[in-house]
Amino acid sequence: MSDSSEALATHELRHHFENMEQQRGASSMGMWVFLVTEIMFFGGMFMAYLAYRYEYFVAWQEGSQHMNFWIGTVNTAVLICSSLTMVLAVLAIQQGRRRLTSVMLAVTICFALAFMVLKGMEYHEHWLAHEFPGSAFHFAGIDPRHVEMFFVLYFVMTGFHALHVLIGIGLVSTMLYMNERGHFSADYHNPIENTGLYWHFVDLIWIYLYPLLYLIGHHHVS
Amino acid sequence: MEKVISAKLYFTVWAALMCLTAATAALSYVNMGALSPVVALVIATVKGSLVVLFFMHAKYIDVKTTVLVIVAGFFWLTILLLMTMTDYITRAWS
Amino acid sequence: MATASAITAEREHYLNAEYGFRSWLLTTDHKRIALLYLITITFFFFVGGFFALLIRLELLTPQGDLVQADTYNKLFSMHGQVMIFFFLLPAVPAVLGNFLVPMMIGAKDLAFPRINLLSWYLFIIGGGLMLYTMLTGGVDTGWTFYVPLSTAYLGTHVVLAAVSIFIAGFSSILTGLNFIVTIHRMRAPGMTWGRMPLFLWSNYATSIIQVLGTPVLAITLSLVGLERMFHLGVFNPQLGGDPLLFQHLFWFYSHPAVYIMILPGMGVVSEIIPCFSRKRVFGYEFVALASIGIAVLGFLVWAHHMFVAGISVYSAMVFSFFSYLVAVPSAIKVFNWTATMYKGKIYYSTPMLYAMGFIGLFTMGGMTGLFLASLGVDVHVTDTYFIVAHFHYIMVGGMVMAYLAGMHFWWPKISGRMYPEAWGKLAALTIFIGFNLTFFPQFILGWTGMPRRYHAYTPEFQVLNVLSTAGSTVLAVGYLLPMVYFLWSLRYGKEAGDNPWGAAGLEWKTASPPPTYNFEETPVVTWEAYNYDELPKEVPVVG
Repeated sequence: MSDSSEALATHELRHHFENMEQQRGASSMGMWVFLVTEIMFFGGMFMAYLAYRYEYFVAWQEGSQHMNFWIGTVNTAVLICSSLTMVLAVLAIQQGRRRLTSVMLAVTICFALAFMVLKGMEYHEHWLAHEFPGSAFHFAGIDPRHVEMFFVLYFVMTGFHALHVLIGIGLVSTMLYMNERGHFSADYHNPIENTGLYWHFVDLIWIYLYPLLYLIGHHHVS
Repeated sequence: MEKVISAKLYFTVWAALMCLTAATAALSYVNMGALSPVVALVIATVKGSLVVLFFMHAKYIDVKTTVLVIVAGFFWLTILLLMTMTDYITRAWS
Repeated sequence: MATASAITAEREHYLNAEYGFRSWLLTTDHKRIALLYLITITFFFFVGGFFALLIRLELLTPQGDLVQADTYNKLFSMHGQVMIFFFLLPAVPAVLGNFLVPMMIGAKDLAFPRINLLSWYLFIIGGGLMLYTMLTGGVDTGWTFYVPLSTAYLGTHVVLAAVSIFIAGFSSILTGLNFIVTIHRMRAPGMTWGRMPLFLWSNYATSIIQVLGTPVLAITLSLVGLERMFHLGVFNPQLGGDPLLFQHLFWFYSHPAVYIMILPGMGVVSEIIPCFSRKRVFGYEFVALASIGIAVLGFLVWAHHMFVAGISVYSAMVFSFFSYLVAVPSAIKVFNWTATMYKGKIYYSTPMLYAMGFIGLFTMGGMTGLFLASLGVDVHVTDTYFIVAHFHYIMVGGMVMAYLAGMHFWWPKISGRMYPEAWGKLAALTIFIGFNLTFFPQFILGWTGMPRRYHAYTPEFQVLNVLSTAGSTVLAVGYLLPMVYFLWSLRYGKEAGDNPWGAAGLEWKTASPPPTYNFEETPVVTWEAYNYDELPKEVPVVG
């Protein structure tokens, strides 16, 4: 088994690298540099959130209380579980256990899909409650103008996050497909590791979105 | 070569993350005044650190430059947030 | 006697290794990708230049008589967007950087060759969208897209232009990512950080900015798009949106962007000055660290574009302080280049003429930047032609001249041919004269009160405007000359040989044009950079 996986690994060495270690190091570093760009991308949204929270704190509190606390909390747990299964998938392929890798990748996708379904339900709920910004927005509580801005930030931030979850589902699915085709081994599995990094990053963003959007104020409407 | 971390450690980290999530959810019902957001963000940072250090293997990376890359990312985010807030926070002063 | 073309045709190199469109459009060779970029950015340079000529034509007379005000708004907006995003930002990194970075560190290619190709395709898509935007009516927000003008009041193609720049931004991010990983991970044995040519330090610093800053532009433009298309009004004043928030986010990228534009040019100058002074760079470590210093400090100054926009004066003081500070590393470079030339054996070749022009004109532009860092002065000259002159001195007098310097210096390596030196010098002189004639009057115009972005002005400003327009015609001729003689040299230019300038650097140790994998064997570096004391004092091809 290790002979063929070594052969597989050497076959995967790109011509401009001296050896597999250099290739793996470059691949990993490249992924981290990309994740830093994602930090700055979401950073712009966090900046907008911070500026307006500072200016319109009461509205922020008010808006947060109209978040679906339970869906938000369950979704946080769902993403954490998906991170676990993702890292277990990486562990499995490090040990050359291809079948287990596929299983873990598939479970990760299931968790991710669960997240998207819950998010969709949540968005639908907000839509029905006239909490989607624009001409359909109607808020009966205090400071509706700025509460609408809270919802703008909510939809923009969770929207971009959900887009990244969707992309992540695509990436993990691709890894699953390629693994099933025998593309990976204990000696060669950079793409799975890199996909794992991406997935954990998506989890990381949500870890901050959750308290910032759902946990301001001290009682929750739903 | 890459270090292989045990499944047991991953499960421990997962359990910690779940507990911290429950904690932050529960604490959100407690009125701690100005301290509430601080507590929530501290818990979030602890969770985030666990994800970065263990799930993303930042603790085990032997290449210092990659650690530098991660630190730089968060440092630059801080520059964006802090320097912009110098405007918002001091507008009321004049 | 064998002809020049017969000699180069015998040896295989990156240009003749494969023929056909597919071999170019699907290439992963960094050198071919560099040439693909060269063709593209040259095209956009002339598109942007075309808009500039229309602007200068309009400004010949005080009345707004060539175009309507709205059209004029589109002219300067498109001029800015095309020149900044589709010429200045990619010029040195994507052309010279792509070509030279792997060679200078002794590698066979960049770390991610396919991502390099993707970067070019993204650039093409973004550029194509920008062309489409222009052809279907253009955009008139200024290159700055300020809200709420861009989100709520304009019917022009704001979203299209924003999307095109968003895509081009990813091209920039991928180039930066590639360079960072390449420089960290693929240096040849013996090529320590302290032995790297300064061109690499400059491009490394540039890449840091590209990676950290461009994503913020991406999200900012996305938010403008979301507001226009889905009424998710992050900047909507009706919801309490703050126009200054947009400006903070926009300038957080767009100020460091000017360092993305100038740092690679400084890197080019750092290669040329020692070569044509036949001396080591004075204070190598200082110049290297100054590049990093510019990259870091450059992120702390952005709100100096907002001094009159309504930010708090206390915040303005902080940004003003850092704006003064960021001049220091640039000044260090200027001093060190000058000290490098001191008591050197100076050769006034075309690259050297451009490099010297850079030092002078960049210094003028940079010093006027210090005027602008001062809150009091800035209030007086903001939104006048003083600002326009300031940034054109840096971008055109500095950056474009540095780009031309680099193109002339490395043309022999890229093409295997020498350009005609006499024509090179003539073009350099024409450009220098044309440039100063175009832009120096604008300092005076701005100081005495002519506002920017207006297509009409009061009659007392006409004389200087006419001078400026006359200068721009001379400048245009100067820019056309290299186009002609570079193309001419491909067929009739003298064969260059491996190292016509007798220059230091790994790229000169391989053939001109280089083989596809750059080096016959991976070089092992045992010498310091700029070892001109060990190289011949004579420049083989006398400048």
